[in-house]
Amino acid sequence: MPLLELREETVGYNGITVLRELELNIEQGERIALVGESGAGKSTLLNLIHTRLGKTAALVPQELGLVQALSVFHNVYMGRLHQRSVWRNLRNLLKPAKADVDLVMPVLERLRLEDKIFTSVGELSGGQQQRTAVGRALFHPGYILIADEPVSAVDEHQAREILDAITAEKPTVILAMHDRELAIKFADRLIGIRDGKIALDEAASGMTPNDLDDLYRNSDR
Amino acid sequence: MTVRPEPSPLARTTTTFVGIAILCLIFADVAISTVDPWQEFNRMLLGLVTPDFYATDSVALAIAYTLAFALLGVALANVMGLFLALLFFSRIVRTGCAVVRAVHELFWALIFLQMFGLSPLTGVLAIAIPYSGIIAKVYAEILEEANPAPLKTIPAGTSRASAFIFVRMPDVWAHFRSYSMYRLECGIRSSAVLGFIGLPTLGFHLETAFKEGQYSEVSALLILFYLVIATMRIWMKRPLMPVYLIGAAAILPWGVAFSFSNIGRFLTEDIVPHPLRSGAGMEAFWDWLHMMVVDQAVPGTIATVQLTMIALVATGFLTIVFFPLISPLLLGKASRFCGHMFLVVARSTPEYILAFVLLQLWGPSMLPAIVALTLHNGAIIGHLVGRYTETVTLRQDATTGFNRYFYEVLPRVYRPMLALLFYRWEVIMRETAILGILGIATLGFYVDSAFADLRFDRAMLLIGITALLNIGVDAISRSVRTRLRLKTSLEQQ
Repeated sequence: MPLLELREETVGYNGITVLRELELNIEQGERIALVGESGAGKSTLLNLIHTRLGKTAALVPQELGLVQALSVFHNVYMGRLHQRSVWRNLRNLLKPAKADVDLVMPVLERLRLEDKIFTSVGELSGGQQQRTAVGRALFHPGYILIADEPVSAVDEHQAREILDAITAEKPTVILAMHDRELAIKFADRLIGIRDGKIALDEAASGMTPNDLDDLYRNSDR
Repeated sequence: MTVRPEPSPLARTTTTFVGIAILCLIFADVAISTVDPWQEFNRMLLGLVTPDFYATDSVALAIAYTLAFALLGVALANVMGLFLALLFFSRIVRTGCAVVRAVHELFWALIFLQMFGLSPLTGVLAIAIPYSGIIAKVYAEILEEANPAPLKTIPAGTSRASAFIFVRMPDVWAHFRSYSMYRLECGIRSSAVLGFIGLPTLGFHLETAFKEGQYSEVSALLILFYLVIATMRIWMKRPLMPVYLIGAAAILPWGVAFSFSNIGRFLTEDIVPHPLRSGAGMEAFWDWLHMMVVDQAVPGTIATVQLTMIALVATGFLTIVFFPLISPLLLGKASRFCGHMFLVVARSTPEYILAFVLLQLWGPSMLPAIVALTLHNGAIIGHLVGRYTETVTLRQDATTGFNRYFYEVLPRVYRPMLALLFYRWEVIMRETAILGILGIATLGFYVDSAFADLRFDRAMLLIGITALLNIGVDAISRSVRTRLRLKTSLEQQ
């Protein structure tokens, strides 16, 4: 049985239709990359998937959703807020407990943020902030990770590191990515979206970036 | 590897201020001295739910006077304030404005009362003068923050006046208009409170009814007061402005005469320190000054600062309790509606009236003043912070309940909240001094006693000290805000 079955005539928000004739199955353990032009509907599809999966999935939204005034520790710790008592959360807000710092630290080491653990997010660079948001999702106990352009603000080397960390921690991963080469390397299944429809859904192995050209060609040609 | 969390500057400042407030609280008298406060409270509650709209003679006239003083005072202050805002580059103008707004409108009213008696001029000027100083500062800030780009695009050689009218004014006009509406609301509150020192506004009837224990009458007066303020945005239409102003000028009893010799004597003799006036020499003057400082200024200042610090920190605490009441991030529509109602009432009630009521209930101590200042200011800042959360969007998978409040919302609003709180510090201090008139031993207490004894030289000295204290707090608040990089553009009302 698939993890998620999507059968939708139309998907949209505020009365605007973004996706049409959606038919999609997602299996446990898949590594999926969503590709397509910006505005094609990748974020809408990710949001739909996240809503359907509910609390079981960790999310890295495109706008990151970090609390700038809090430290990296706090923002990453927030991935497990729902598992802890309010009192423990309050205590950690005022003064991070050693036990929880020890839990968060390995995640940050993976992402090379360990020396920034008690720095407020507002003082970090764009790439560091993006890694913090990924850290929060990795710290989230869910087996599924949904991320919207999680490596857009870091260089290629770091991008690979982050993607490696993600795949090592989470069995099922669904990402939206604009870097085609990276998407083919990372994913085992590619879903291409064009003009609000799924235009491509194939195994990634053996593909080259040029095979995706059709997705990016002008639609009013 | 050892990385230790370091307290942020915000946390350190918070701890310092909380520490100071606790220290102040330890030495504060917060006892309830009335024998049976609950019995009186029950009578008040009973009165509150049985308003009697026919108890006060000439209620309509009292409301009309309240509005008339506010309209004329605020209109005059707008004209003067705009003019002064244009001259705000001058140091003299800036200092002058700082001084006039450091003196509370009730103190101005007490001064003008000596000069013009119960002439309407007293009420109008008591509002117009301090408000000019406030409006000048705010308008100057608005002008400064206006987009500079359009000014560069007008042809070289355009006169400054034309450039101002065509480029600056259209840009800032909306801000001026909304701010002057807010000022009018403040003006109505001030005008009502002026009744407590004898002007024929709502406060006059409120005080009388309270002192006589006519709580049904009090209830009716308060309800009318809230109605006037709540409906302001409906009846206050720009085309009607001239009608209102002419009407206001027409109904006020300008016939009440005042003598110019009185004014002359007040300004040239009464306010000159007694030893100098009677020619007793400099030594006598120094003795007088020493006595004033040791017996009145110092104890008054200590009590004022003490009460201000407690009220400031307590206001901060109450704000973080109040703002969720109207925040769409935390509460549903129905609960938010109730929250709005509560905050509107709490922030529309002048702290002076609140303190007066609580003083009747609990007897003289700092407690009524602390609670009144905290409720009123907590509701104002809580309202602003709650509105601010409307602009915050959380990520889709953000947690709920207390976790959301503490991790997602509070850290995001803490900085703007502190900015507003420090911005309001000076206002709280000004009010604290004034509450002395009710019998709490802040500077206002000594000022009021001096006026009662007709010792105007003492009163003026003490008012001067109060003003200096306010200017000092304003400076400290500004430096704290700069150091913590806290930004409030305007009062954001």
